Amino acid sequence: MGLTITEKIMARASGRETVRPGELVWANVDMAMMQDSGGPRRIANNLEHLGVPVWDPDKVTIVSDHFVPPSNETEARIQTVTRAWVKKYGVSRFHEFQGICHIVPIERGYVRPGILMVGGDSHSCTGGAMGAMVVALGSTDMLGVLVTGRTWLRVPETIKIIWEGKLPVGTFAKDMVLANLKQLGTAGATYKVLEFSGETVTNLPLDERLILTNMSIEMGAKTGIIEPDDTVLRYMEGKDVEFNPVYSDPDAKYSKILVNEAEDLEPLVACPHSPDNVASADSLHGIALDQAFIGGCTGGKYHDLATAAAILKGRKIAVGTRLLVAPASQQVLQRALADGVLEVLLNAGATLLPSACGPCGGLSMGILSDGERCISSTNRNFRGRMGSSNSEVYLASAATVAASAVTGQISDPREFIRS
Amino acid sequence: MEIIRGRVWKFGDDINTDVIAPGKYLKLPNEDMAKHVFEGIDPELPGKIKPGDIVVGGANFGSGSSRESAPAAIKYAGVSAVVAVFFARIFFRNAINLGLPVLECPEASKIQQSDELEIDMENGVIRNLTQSQVYKASRLPEHIQQLIRVGGLVPYLEQELAKESSANG
Ligand code: SF4
Repeated sequence: MGLTITEKIMARASGRETVRPGELVWANVDMAMMQDSGGPRRIANNLEHLGVPVWDPDKVTIVSDHFVPPSNETEARIQTVTRAWVKKYGVSRFHEFQGICHIVPIERGYVRPGILMVGGDSHSCTGGAMGAMVVALGSTDMLGVLVTGRTWLRVPETIKIIWEGKLPVGTFAKDMVLANLKQLGTAGATYKVLEFSGETVTNLPLDERLILTNMSIEMGAKTGIIEPDDTVLRYMEGKDVEFNPVYSDPDAKYSKILVNEAEDLEPLVACPHSPDNVASADSLHGIALDQAFIGGCTGGKYHDLATAAAILKGRKIAVGTRLLVAPASQQVLQRALADGVLEVLLNAGATLLPSACGPCGGLSMGILSDGERCISSTNRNFRGRMGSSNSEVYLASAATVAASAVTGQISDPREFIRS
Repeated sequence: MEIIRGRVWKFGDDINTDVIAPGKYLKLPNEDMAKHVFEGIDPELPGKIKPGDIVVGGANFGSGSSRESAPAAIKYAGVSAVVAVFFARIFFRNAINLGLPVLECPEASKIQQSDELEIDMENGVIRNLTQSQVYKASRLPEHIQQLIRVGGLVPYLEQELAKESSANG
């Protein structure tokens, strides 16, 4: 019987011919990522106490993005601790002020097709769009990896999500994944892998695919993954790294197969306080907004900024609504600067934030007060996620966020794209 | 492993790590985060949860962010165990690595606020002393029970490293 891409990666990483769902394996890790919040500051003491070096500093990358730039002394100290730690343990793949921890490692070529990677952040699954298996671990789990280079994993079942057909105008990967969240709910893929495939997925640019894998965790998945096709292989060209892409066998076994028709899709919004509380943008028309946010690892990539700019060109955001834009990385910012996307956003009235997490996790800048409402291109809208527990966050595509910023209320972007 | 006995704090389904350990306190060390545990659900809760209490949740307990601060806040608040219908994957691992006993029990929804429980981790049995009921919980694999027993991954690694160096020495 055939294997899925995930099973092949796990078999290789654990030195076995084959693995089956349910088995526990000890796997060798090809790359480990940590960010500043859950990273060195949380494990430094324990690692010191154990008195051992990091198993392979070249297989470790640290990306400071949660408290960047620091907005108080406590956060500044976290950055100091992080810098000292990478120096002490000889970790050269260290990036601060460069962007978000799920985007920078892809830009740098650390996330290669076929590898097993662990990430100290729940959205590490984002990297699965590169054809890698990227599993999220907490801090102490990561400490185990840093010491031994290995971790234990249960081989997960895979749910295959197939998308057929062409996306209607005004709909994007965000709408696809929100539709899947509506189908599966926030626990529908617990302990399982989501493998996205089909013509609609293959036709998506890499930036858009990252949204599908990124939000797999919102369905409880162990990770999300997409087989690495030409789009990914072309992206890897020029990164000067070696890799071995793997693919699911035609007779691989899936625990469930969901087939979706892209033609049926319309712009969707996840309402407070859960990412699976999904309704059409059209049905929510008229809900007034205080803030609109385009940013984060989910919705701050170049494609998101460019999509928003296409809607905001020649328009202004509504009086009384603020639009915050945080590019997911400095590379994204540079590209948006170079080709005029940034200018369009700023001319429309957007406020530019640093290339970091910022408001996404309620960490800094763009925090919501009591009773405020925000529409956001990010991935989570749990109660209090962006500030006060009496604030509300709606999740949507960058297009829907941009259209809503123009009207000051939740709006269907199709009206703006047609006109 | 001994029997864990305590009074219940009952929660519903889909309790996510943002409400257990709110993002605005992430910059704090875990001991201080514990003073805000479950604040996202009810700001009064952190003051009411007492050492030895048992947290009982519904389905998908600990979903969302991978922050270890969530199980850590629960542990540092003195909670002796967490029982749920099922856990979100990362929370489950994090709790085990910190040595916080976690147990999946399909019947957890029968447990009520303030019930008195007795948990036998080794055999995966929960006794509800208040309601005079006995529930079967899923028994953790032996190597995971051992991790919890020694107090989590750090003490475990310490033991392993000591074994290695005495074998080499
Ligand atoms: S942008 Fe948001 S979801 Fe992404 S890593 Fe940062 S806090 Fe997490």
